Amino acid sequence: MYTLKTGKFPLLEANPNLVYLDNASTTQKPDSVIRAITEYYQTSNANVHRSVYRLAEASTRAFEDARSRVARFIGAFSSKEIVFTRGTTEALNLIAHSMVRTFLDPGDVIIVTQMDHHSNIVPFWLAAQERGYHLRFWPINPNGELDLEDLESLWSDRVKIVALPHVSNVLGTVNPVSSIASFVHDRGAFLVLDAAQSAGHGPFDVSQLGCDVAAFSGHKMYGPMGIGVLWAKEEILRALVPFQGGGEMIDTVTETSVTFNDPPYRFEAGTPNVEGAVGLAAAMDFLDSIDRKRIFAEEEELARYGVRILSSIPDLTLYGKAAERAPLFTFNLEGVHSHDLAQFLDSRYIAVRSGHHCAQPLLRRLGASTAVRASLGIYNTKKDIDRLALALEEARRYFR
Amino acid sequence: MNELDTLYQELILEHYKHPRNREPLEGDFITHENPSCGDSLRLKIEWEGSDRIKRIVFDGHGCAISIASASIMTELLSGETVQNAERICTKAIAFLRGESKASTDAGDSSDSRHSGDPVDLGDLQALAGVRLFPLRVKCATLAWHGIEKELKAQGEVDRP
Repeated sequence: MYTLKTGKFPLLEANPNLVYLDNASTTQKPDSVIRAITEYYQTSNANVHRSVYRLAEASTRAFEDARSRVARFIGAFSSKEIVFTRGTTEALNLIAHSMVRTFLDPGDVIIVTQMDHHSNIVPFWLAAQERGYHLRFWPINPNGELDLEDLESLWSDRVKIVALPHVSNVLGTVNPVSSIASFVHDRGAFLVLDAAQSAGHGPFDVSQLGCDVAAFSGHKMYGPMGIGVLWAKEEILRALVPFQGGGEMIDTVTETSVTFNDPPYRFEAGTPNVEGAVGLAAAMDFLDSIDRKRIFAEEEELARYGVRILSSIPDLTLYGKAAERAPLFTFNLEGVHSHDLAQFLDSRYIAVRSGHHCAQPLLRRLGASTAVRASLGIYNTKKDIDRLALALEEARRYFR
Repeated sequence: MNELDTLYQELILEHYKHPRNREPLEGDFITHENPSCGDSLRLKIEWEGSDRIKRIVFDGHGCAISIASASIMTELLSGETVQNAERICTKAIAFLRGESKASTDAGDSSDSRHSGDPVDLGDLQALAGVRLFPLRVKCATLAWHGIEKELKAQGEVDRP
């Protein structure tokens, strides 16, 4: 049974036996988020930025208020730095597409890390293939962390972009973004941050982190699916060529020329996901109502507890030994395939993810083809970790 | 029997822990994969004459369902003619997908077309539980789709 720290999660209340440990995939939604979405459709629905009638004004206001809310939540300089996308993946595709076309020459180097999600590898891989850049992988150390010495040895003056995750979706490693940002900036390159696993898990301030670009998803931070954010410094957004064409990204179109709107609109082609933006703003209100410092402190405690409990289970390999880590545990039980283990855990009402976690280079580096991942959220407690541990012991006996 | 035990029947776990005809395969073999799960199998057909399978050997890794199904597949198809093996494959895949109720169903058009004996799916029937878990069906069918492809491919070149 969940001890809800705050707010109500209707899905969890309807399933009191469920131990939901797949929060790195997606989180459950508090009723304030669900209500905000319903209310938007009941009171303010119209297309944005198009018409003069009052309803359209209300809808535009809801959308732009959400943009300001996001800017405040992440410490952006202004709401002009906030581009709404479908999610982290689209934001990273946007930035890879537009950044290389704006700033890179053939032969330049893009560095991603061995712990990146496919969504932070493949957009750059596609750009490299198509336009003749080199893609290099920053390796992890045996603890599952990134060492600056390894970045140094990969470095050349052709490196223009370094892309990395704030928190690894497999290892739980929290990367030291601000020191990496200084290193990268001292050498004249850009730092792109995949913040999918961090934005909803504690204080998240882009000006303190020092990155140039950050991307995250609403649905991994208690907001709705289908909405995400690309944040970039305003001077970068101003310089970037567009990604998709049409809709609000246009200034004027003639038969011989097209001019583009200013950022952030230049990067928002087509009718946006207003409902999603409104829901995301509600999720941010929800997180701030709890106090993000407290969330961070509790998650740190859960991370320590989880490592201790899971490490004591015989025949269990826990991947990643980072000193700074999130409450996200990826593991294998000797002799039991991850799918069988996840199936077993499901029979005990414990929802976990199994597979390669969209991080095949990392899994290969770890010597595993698949693994099970338990990832915690705001509603999880030490009791949930205890139940997981108990079920893992049962599974050992079942498949023995 | 609870749902989980329906999926992981004794016989299935037994095949998983002690797979039949599983040997290390070195060299040039096609890898059959479920990329999303990481199940990965390689298959080798040993022939007896030009039309009869002497034995099928498999290698690879995967979940209990995919390994047990591969193990059972090698047992069911070893010693069969190609024509029979293909019939068994069709029947097995339909069975695992829940498109036919039991291995001796008469309603299957492939049976009447070939007018042979009803196909006996033997130990594979213990995998019936997979039908309760739609996400696991592709684990169970991996080896069968793999061997089906290889038989078809070998049919197009001269067998030794």
